[in-house]
Amino acid sequence: MAITLKINGEEKSVEAPPDMPLLWAIRDVLGMTGTKFGCGVASCGACTVHVDGEPTRSCQAQVGDLEGAEITTIEGLNSDVAAAVQSAWADLDVVQCGYCQSGQIMSAVGLLTEKAKPTDEDIDSYMWGNVCRCATYTRIRAAIHEASKRMEA
Amino acid sequence: MNIKTTRRAFLQGATAASAAMVVGLNAKGSWAAAHGGEFMPNPFVKIAPDGKVTVVLKHFEMGQGTSTGLSTLLAEELDANWDDVDIEFAPADTATYMNTLMGVQGSGGSTAIANSYMQYREAGAAAKSLLVQAAAAEWGVDAGEIEVKDGMVSHGSNSASFGDLVGLVPEGATPNPQLKDPSAFTKIGADKLPRKDSNAKTTGTATFAMDVMPEGVVFAVLQRSPKFGGTLTSFDASAAMEVEGVVDVKQIPMGVVVYATNTWAAMKGREALTTEWDFSNAETRSSDEMEAEYAAALDRAEGLAAKAEGDTAGALEGAAKTIEAEFHFPFLAHAPMEPLNSVVQIKDGKAQCWDGCQFHTVTQGAVGAVSGVGPENTSIETVYAGGSFGRRANFTSDYEVEATMAAMALGDGRPVKLVWSREDDVRGGYYRPMTKHRVRAGVDADGNLVGWHSIMANKSIFKGTPMGEAVIVNGVDLFSVEGVADTEYAIPNMDVTLHDMETAVPMLWWRSVGHSHSGYAMEVAMDMAAEAAGRDPVEFRQDLLANAPRSLGVLNLAAEKAGWGGDMPEGWGRGVAVHKSFNTHVAQVAEVSVTDGKVKIERIVAAVDCGVPVNPDVIRAQVEGAIGYGLSHVMRQKITFTDGEVDQSNFPDYEPLRISDMSKIEVHIVQSSEAPTGIGEPGLPPAGPAVANAIYDAMGKRVMHLPMVDDGIEFS
Repeated sequence: MAITLKINGEEKSVEAPPDMPLLWAIRDVLGMTGTKFGCGVASCGACTVHVDGEPTRSCQAQVGDLEGAEITTIEGLNSDVAAAVQSAWADLDVVQCGYCQSGQIMSAVGLLTEKAKPTDEDIDSYMWGNVCRCATYTRIRAAIHEASKRMEA
Repeated sequence: MNIKTTRRAFLQGATAASAAMVVGLNAKGSWAAAHGGEFMPNPFVKIAPDGKVTVVLKHFEMGQGTSTGLSTLLAEELDANWDDVDIEFAPADTATYMNTLMGVQGSGGSTAIANSYMQYREAGAAAKSLLVQAAAAEWGVDAGEIEVKDGMVSHGSNSASFGDLVGLVPEGATPNPQLKDPSAFTKIGADKLPRKDSNAKTTGTATFAMDVMPEGVVFAVLQRSPKFGGTLTSFDASAAMEVEGVVDVKQIPMGVVVYATNTWAAMKGREALTTEWDFSNAETRSSDEMEAEYAAALDRAEGLAAKAEGDTAGALEGAAKTIEAEFHFPFLAHAPMEPLNSVVQIKDGKAQCWDGCQFHTVTQGAVGAVSGVGPENTSIETVYAGGSFGRRANFTSDYEVEATMAAMALGDGRPVKLVWSREDDVRGGYYRPMTKHRVRAGVDADGNLVGWHSIMANKSIFKGTPMGEAVIVNGVDLFSVEGVADTEYAIPNMDVTLHDMETAVPMLWWRSVGHSHSGYAMEVAMDMAAEAAGRDPVEFRQDLLANAPRSLGVLNLAAEKAGWGGDMPEGWGRGVAVHKSFNTHVAQVAEVSVTDGKVKIERIVAAVDCGVPVNPDVIRAQVEGAIGYGLSHVMRQKITFTDGEVDQSNFPDYEPLRISDMSKIEVHIVQSSEAPTGIGEPGLPPAGPAVANAIYDAMGKRVMHLPMVDDGIEFS
């Protein structure tokens, strides 16, 4: 059956059963690949998207529950906070393999939207669910602080 | 590095490129065809009329930074403008893109920069020399007077961009590459040169194999044997075929493939399968039984002699004090962030594989052989790999072969994308070998280390593989005992005994291979020996490394930068470790705090000597990452078995390091003019023992059974 999802401001008709996780609808049905599959059990955060502005693990959100919701993926980021995060990420060369970084960035944007000047403890607590097997964590912390500074400028 | 060898490899590469041109692989790539088109003077670089420089990467990018590193080497000698440099992964073409330290096209053993250092520099210098010749002819000036800087070629009032010149390089022009004196480097060694993969990876636009979905792609997952070595006897797919989106179910030698219109449907279909297996040749033991066998092996007198130097038994007998330590290291899964997957299409007598390909030669051969089209009709498109840590390179190209068999079983020429779930990955084998390691060491009355006996038990990684002959000497897999048998410590009497264990569980190199366990055992036991000798752990090691100046250098640097011997807050502890691996020397000082019995790793100070530091910021990143990856496993990760089945399944029970676990890390790099050596792995081995020694300093407990949480350590 067709479900209408609003993704990155555009309405898209998705041919999928209502219990299909949003992750697979975005990736395999719509072909938008910036959102990643990492564990399928909401334990790694690679699949993080925003649903009505809230960072959400798309592997656990079913498309049938999302009609009418505003869904944002890494491809649709366009806020000032996102610009600060992505520019800080690139300038500090946070990435290594890069596979988790879409999810990291979606979570970091969520954090800085909620709290513009987070402490290290805030970062550790908010970003806890986003795994990076390359362990780029020290740079993620630094980039979030740097993005916070850029948001003030 | 032997410059002559590298030079020869470079020339071989150039010849192969000419051959490629003749067969039309890239007709535009020849400089003979450069007029108006792309200028490809050798297999490693292309320059477009708009001035864009594309560096062709013979190594894959799994995050280790080679796309930046190889680009740095080439752009340095080409004098390209860094912002104009783009990257592209090389096709599978062993003759042209061989890893000269491995003899195949592939990445591993922290060799990418080491084997490319001269080759990519020469390629850049060769391209530059042709552009200079073209400019000299155009302007009627002496080539020796021409300057090249940031993608611009100039002489007096004349100047031209690379793009302006590519069409002017005459047919048949001969490059005369002249390498720079290192004092003239502007990119090699520059403290910060932006990574080439940062932008794509911060915008979600980087393409990983998981993102490859060619027209008509069919998604597939494979039901494998729940025990290693089991074979399928029967299956029932009727319920699986009822799942919406499932299009087919087929048997292949490894199990049952479920095909669907999307990955999720394929996974649901697999859950609905019923399968029966024959386990008569399978591993059916529990890890407790395996551990008991390994422990019993340590007590057996016989064993393979990996090293026998001096009179170790006599030295230990006569020692004033001896220490004994028995270490346990579990099986470990690599668990890269991107679960294994590959897309394979077999059509019209050709095979095409899209892959985060680490071992091009092996994969091209395997896919070509299994599909029947032959390696010569098999092409590989390499894309970004979402981590590997060794997993994507193995002797059988296991996951690419599965995808190939799945494509053949479907048999309609459509591309098949075979995806591993995280559970498949954690339970899929190819683990770091479980290892038991007993050390007996003795010191004399003056506090000198006089004897050392290491007895180790693990399963060989290389036995029975095509590379076994080269690395198994008198039955000893050198990778089983590396970091021990080849220690740089001057120990006058030293024996290393190996017990080669058997299991049907497949083993594989895991970031830093044997050093991932040997570094821990060596450095914790060394601390125990220092204590028995009544000496400071740094001073004790300094003495033993007097004739190993580079290891001594990093030890001293790390100790100095960490403030070794200085005051610490109440309840803190400090520990040191130094270890050489992949020809790179790394020392680390760790600081931990203990509050209410719970340990927190506060800070790690690392000192690194990897020869010429090509990209210091990438080196820092690799050491940071190797420490984090290593600590993840030292702290709490393990793979265990019950009746032959893996107990763990996904991140909740194979719990990775998280941001809150990550300590502050400082990386200090030794300035060196020695040939560059590896950096992807060497940061890992010292991290665990430095932390273990710090825990001992703080709590008085020696941690010898990994992961640490199994040895009574709680982390905050």
